[in-house]
Amino acid sequence: MREPGRTRRAPRALAALGLAAGITCAGDPPDGSLTAVSWGGSFARAVNKAFYEPFEAATGVVIGREDYNGGLAQIRTQVDIGNVHWDVLSLEIFDTIRGCDEGLLERIPKDILAPSLDGAPPEDDFSPGTLTECGVGHTFYSTIYAYHPDRFPGEKPATIADFFDLERFPGRRGMRRSPLVNLEFALLADGVPPGEVYGVLDTPEGLRRAFRKLDTIRDQVVWWEAGAQPPQMLADAEVVMSTAYNGRIFNAQALENQPFVIVWDGQVLDWGQMAIVAGSPNLDTALEYIRFMTSPESLARLTGYIAYAPVRRSALPLVSTHVETGADMRPHLPTSPENLRNTLRSNGAWWTEHLDEMNERFSAWLARS
Amino acid sequence: MTERPAVGPPARTRLRAAGLTLPLVAFVGFSFLFPLGTMLSRSVYDPLVADALPETLALLEEWDGETLPGEPVFAAAARELGTALEGRLVGRLGGRVNRVASGMRSVIVRGARAAAEAPAATARETLMGGDPAWGEPATWRAIRTADERFTVRHYLRALDLDRDAGGSIVRQPEELRIYVPLLLRTLMVSGAVTLLCLLLGYPIAHLIANAPPRRARWLILLVLVPFWTSLLVRTTAWIVLLQTHGVVNSLLVALGIVADDGRIAMIYNMTGTLVAMTHVLLPFMVLPLYSVMRTIPPHFMRAASSLGANRRQSFFRVYWPLTLPGTAAGSLLVFILAIGYYITPALVGGSSGQLFSNMIAFHMQTSLNWGLAAALGGILFVVVGALYVVYDRLVGASSLKLG
Repeated sequence: MREPGRTRRAPRALAALGLAAGITCAGDPPDGSLTAVSWGGSFARAVNKAFYEPFEAATGVVIGREDYNGGLAQIRTQVDIGNVHWDVLSLEIFDTIRGCDEGLLERIPKDILAPSLDGAPPEDDFSPGTLTECGVGHTFYSTIYAYHPDRFPGEKPATIADFFDLERFPGRRGMRRSPLVNLEFALLADGVPPGEVYGVLDTPEGLRRAFRKLDTIRDQVVWWEAGAQPPQMLADAEVVMSTAYNGRIFNAQALENQPFVIVWDGQVLDWGQMAIVAGSPNLDTALEYIRFMTSPESLARLTGYIAYAPVRRSALPLVSTHVETGADMRPHLPTSPENLRNTLRSNGAWWTEHLDEMNERFSAWLARS
Repeated sequence: MTERPAVGPPARTRLRAAGLTLPLVAFVGFSFLFPLGTMLSRSVYDPLVADALPETLALLEEWDGETLPGEPVFAAAARELGTALEGRLVGRLGGRVNRVASGMRSVIVRGARAAAEAPAATARETLMGGDPAWGEPATWRAIRTADERFTVRHYLRALDLDRDAGGSIVRQPEELRIYVPLLLRTLMVSGAVTLLCLLLGYPIAHLIANAPPRRARWLILLVLVPFWTSLLVRTTAWIVLLQTHGVVNSLLVALGIVADDGRIAMIYNMTGTLVAMTHVLLPFMVLPLYSVMRTIPPHFMRAASSLGANRRQSFFRVYWPLTLPGTAAGSLLVFILAIGYYITPALVGGSSGQLFSNMIAFHMQTSLNWGLAAALGGILFVVVGALYVVYDRLVGASSLKLG
């Protein structure tokens, strides 16, 4: 950090504000510990630098760091047996909605949120749909596909349709072993405009169309499960291109000097949600932490470590450079205007309804040999 | 009892001796039988819907299933959904009905919200104000179907079967058949891995059993070191070795055996699954074989050849039968472990790396459909049990020797 004095004071002031706003009962300081759960890998490293360490410095709270791979199973077990040892965690949107309905997550009053920098109420500052009953959105991340330029000496892939074009761009491709995003990619590549993708998926014929498109590359797909795999597979030349989270590819480019190229056309934009496990023993500290980490300053600070964009409009002007390499981060964010041209925003509500069914169909499709 | 057995300690001593095993019995009961029982019971017993909507379901029993139910049904549903919302049960309730018909989750949740927050003149208007789908008989049919206090639905699903509208059991449409093909593939993979382990493990065990003690110690260490290494490390090591630009392929290219653009696909397919699983499970074959072979005196083979048997005959008629308990134990161990494997195949198996246990893990961790997971586990349990019975008939369980 270039101005340590300033960055340290700001969170402390924020924490004081939080106390003053009555998040914690009067005379009841944070009890000193909090267990926060995130997604591991380079995301966890970025969160550590941008959120955990400044929060600890500002409040004296000791954060226990844990990682998980998403899903509600662990939370449900903790809540069911009444032994909650996680406090705050980052969730995907459909798990936040489901977890909230099932009573696994605390409701988060929106008046605890840090004010925006332009004076707008937080509800207007957060991108529409990123505030839910139990969740507070933090960062936009996107699933894109990336390729290694050495594998394509001539023509380079440029659109989402090229990902499915085995004739012009032969070779194995990496994809996440999940129906999420892949069904959307298939329809986008088949020429469905972003605005109509979920409408098409809602019809049996549209769903068959998505799977038929996936059929065309099925034999050439290497399936990945963890976000760290795609950069590795690209570097090892195991695949010529792979779907991936944009932040992982950025880190490989910035920190490991990999020449990977991101194709932003047809990117599927998602956002992470912060939530609190129901019955968390450190509820007040957890709320204070969420206020802290979803403040415009904190969200902007995260972009210094990973290319995930703030969901708050007023945080965008604060985005500057990558801490380690000094690169301007704005063109690398999924929400930068030149990257947004053909973008699909993931429909969390649709996936909340259909995830189980789609998972079954996808498994059946994979199992067919 | 007037007569005591002539031999053996008195009953009190025996009782005290048996008492010493009580902690073990309690431990097995608590940590194994109890969870197994509760888990299996989930596959047939799930009172959630029945407990949340008792009155609604009772009223729906008299409903014809075609027309829209009357106001009393709506009133009961609105009341019970409101209670479920207060108890934060409505999400799970919606999830349960959603399994019967996709899209029902939000219908249930919105209906409950409307019942609690925006009551209209009639319960019917209240619920339909929450979501218009309440005005369709299909919603009510889904709720009626989701009542599964005692149900075989999970088992039907686990066998790729379903009930049609008339209630008779039919096969799922082809694009939804998962579990039976996966089970067959899992059995096939497990069988192949067991065979490979036996082919590779038998000579190794024989070598160790007949080596001088010093060298045998080193050789057994070579078997045990990978055994002690983390499963993920070993699996990742295979990825490094076998991938397209990995060690093996690069070596073959350097030696001119394959062309640079003709590198062999050895991972992310069935080959990768078989290689990695065989390696991971090999110690479970070698160790029982070794412990049995060590007890076979070397002069048995010498005796066989002095009686005129050639090497082949003395192996197949003397040595092989004597190692059968170890072979059987090793094979059974490897097979049963292989049938439950899922991490290794998922990492190195590509599209074919999906095995039966992956689906159990998936329904436990991701879809949270523990009833279906329990039914799948129950089926695996029955398959392994049946194999054991067959094995017992063929080889005899008493011949098992693990060391």
